[in-house]
Amino acid sequence: MYEIVYKRDLNNNVKMMKVAAPLIAKKAMPGQFIMLRIDEHGERIPLTIAGYDRTKGLITIIFQEVGQTTIKLGKLKSGDMILDFVGPLGKASHLEGYKNACVIGGGLGTAIAYPQAKHLHDLGANVDVITGFRNSDLILLEDELRAISNNLFITTDDGSNGTKGFVTDVLKSQLQHKTYDLVIAIGPLIMMKFVSKLTKEYGIKTIISMNPIMVDGTGMCGGCRVTVDGKTKFACVDGPDFDGHLVDFDEAMMRQKMYHKEEEHKCKMEQHHA
Amino acid sequence: MPNMSPTKYKMPEQDPIKRNKNFNEVALGYTHELAIEEAMRCLDCKHMPCVKGCPVNVDIPGFIKALVGNNIPKAYEIITSTNSLPAICGRVCPQESQCELLCVRGIKHEPVAIGRLERYVADTMLEKTITKKKNITKNKMKVAVVGGGPAGLTCAGDLALLGYEVTIFEAFHEAGGVLVYGIPEFRLPKELVKKEIATLTKLGITIKPNMVIGRILDIEELLVDFGAVFIGTGAGLPRFMNIPGENYNGVYSSNEFLTRINLMKAYKFPEYDTPVRIGKNVAVVGGGNVAMDAARSAKRLGAKNVYIIYRRSEDELPAREEEIHHAKEEGIIFTLLTNPTKIIGDEDGNVKAIECIKMKLGEKDDSGRARPIKINNSEHIIDVNTVIIAIGQTPNPLIKNTTSALKTHSWGGIIVDDDTMQTSIDGVYAGGDIVTGAATVILAMGAGKKAAKAIDVYLKNK
Repeated sequence: MYEIVYKRDLNNNVKMMKVAAPLIAKKAMPGQFIMLRIDEHGERIPLTIAGYDRTKGLITIIFQEVGQTTIKLGKLKSGDMILDFVGPLGKASHLEGYKNACVIGGGLGTAIAYPQAKHLHDLGANVDVITGFRNSDLILLEDELRAISNNLFITTDDGSNGTKGFVTDVLKSQLQHKTYDLVIAIGPLIMMKFVSKLTKEYGIKTIISMNPIMVDGTGMCGGCRVTVDGKTKFACVDGPDFDGHLVDFDEAMMRQKMYHKEEEHKCKMEQHHA
Repeated sequence: MPNMSPTKYKMPEQDPIKRNKNFNEVALGYTHELAIEEAMRCLDCKHMPCVKGCPVNVDIPGFIKALVGNNIPKAYEIITSTNSLPAICGRVCPQESQCELLCVRGIKHEPVAIGRLERYVADTMLEKTITKKKNITKNKMKVAVVGGGPAGLTCAGDLALLGYEVTIFEAFHEAGGVLVYGIPEFRLPKELVKKEIATLTKLGITIKPNMVIGRILDIEELLVDFGAVFIGTGAGLPRFMNIPGENYNGVYSSNEFLTRINLMKAYKFPEYDTPVRIGKNVAVVGGGNVAMDAARSAKRLGAKNVYIIYRRSEDELPAREEEIHHAKEEGIIFTLLTNPTKIIGDEDGNVKAIECIKMKLGEKDDSGRARPIKINNSEHIIDVNTVIIAIGQTPNPLIKNTTSALKTHSWGGIIVDDDTMQTSIDGVYAGGDIVTGAATVILAMGAGKKAAKAIDVYLKNK
């Protein structure tokens, strides 16, 4: 059992939790993930590690209430227990040796991009951060990101924060007058696809982070297959970071829809019973 | 006087028409009367050929004699002195190619049903749950076992009996390995696996779930706290065919399909949260026991037509005869001498068909089996909505990749000394599928046993 020692709502449906998992906290690195199962009947889901505190033995997770498990997780309070919590899984991001990086977060992806941006900043790189949200109510981690970035750009799809547009618009205008030796993009597949397309034109190395459906997280099920450079890779053991210029995003988007019907069925049932 | 019946007493089974719609156990086990009758078929041979066929050397005539004498506790004690998981082995061991193959009664007629008797004894004792407390003198030495499958459990059990303090590090939330994620409920009920593992842990074994060694801790770190380490992490990496369309939605590795159903209980969705998708028609590629398990599970989940697609003929099917027989009874369609060439999807990326080519058999290949050869222009389409790929697994590379001093074969298996199961690292042993590639439960148990013996010698001389 793993205790939730702290919980905070980041916006209406994004929540942050700190979970006591000292052994995982000791080893965790940016880019890695955990798998959790809330209770005996629960599904195993992967969540990217959004932060770790080695001395207090805590792992931070940030999640959006979108499906069966995340909705259930969102109902838990500080002091509650999570039955299973496994990690740190996947390969850590390689962030050493970069001077000028641009870290891009889309929606919830911002929460996952934050530890990467922070790590780059700690390693001495200049870090620009671009984040995009649907509207200003959904903006995440603004203060945290400001503290570790040279420039922070926040855009909204509806312009409700004063800047209307997509993260790719900001990146494009940045690239008019400056250059980066690394771009990290984390967010919806469609966003990572278009960021990668743009950076490819400029020949800038781009790392994206995949978060596909998986069961075990250790290479056993193969459910997290991603085509990278024409070859099948497993996001859980070969990733979750991949070269954005080589990922088949269209296939990944198709694979993400695998259980939409079942999710809908379960979610409707829950509503019915509630 | 032995019972000279030429055939084994049949074990009652669920009716095929009923059972292919439920996940309850197919074979119902002997009654007491049937068990005694069958036990009396044993000739109690002095030279005990059957024992030589058992990878964990169960004293077979000994336990059968106790059973004939109606002393079931004694029969159980005899079995468990060398086999820590008898209810499991009685069900999933390929007895026909081991103990029963060498049974004298089998020369002219059918051998004694050793597996069924082992199962009867174990089930009877597990029901009573009056496991006698064994007197173990603790020696205060610690051993780590990585992986809670058949190899690890056996190694841990034997070491615990010798007085060692054993900790099993299990990656999943539950120990059992292939016994809980792979073999389906209808062949091996999970409650029984739980009970048998619980009996074992009472010997003084700690199981730590959710511990992926190679990530949370590595082998070197384990060697700081433990005198020796046994690696039994199995053949966890699924093989795919590398044909076009393998990433369409509805294509599963047998690992994923069976893990969803067995470990995550997707067959009870929506009571359990994990879904599994089954279409009207299902193709299972492969001809081994895992393929049979997947096909029979798909049928139970409501598929109308389930095809086993196998590139050789019936004679070469690697699955146990019993499994093939059961699958046929349940209505699985065997599409033999057929090999997939392509998976076809619809515009949403869901599987809608599988394209196959006909095969014929040629000369024998390195495996000793006739080599399948493509018949040109024999491409044909089978309409399916789900494809399950059951063509084998390779060792999980996680520990290999995080333990630089560990020597492995090019295909990923850990290299060990055949007699001691010791790896290239002092104090580190390995056994089971991680060493041999995908094999059987009982061979993994045999390896765990051998390693336990060697670890005992190693630590006592350290």
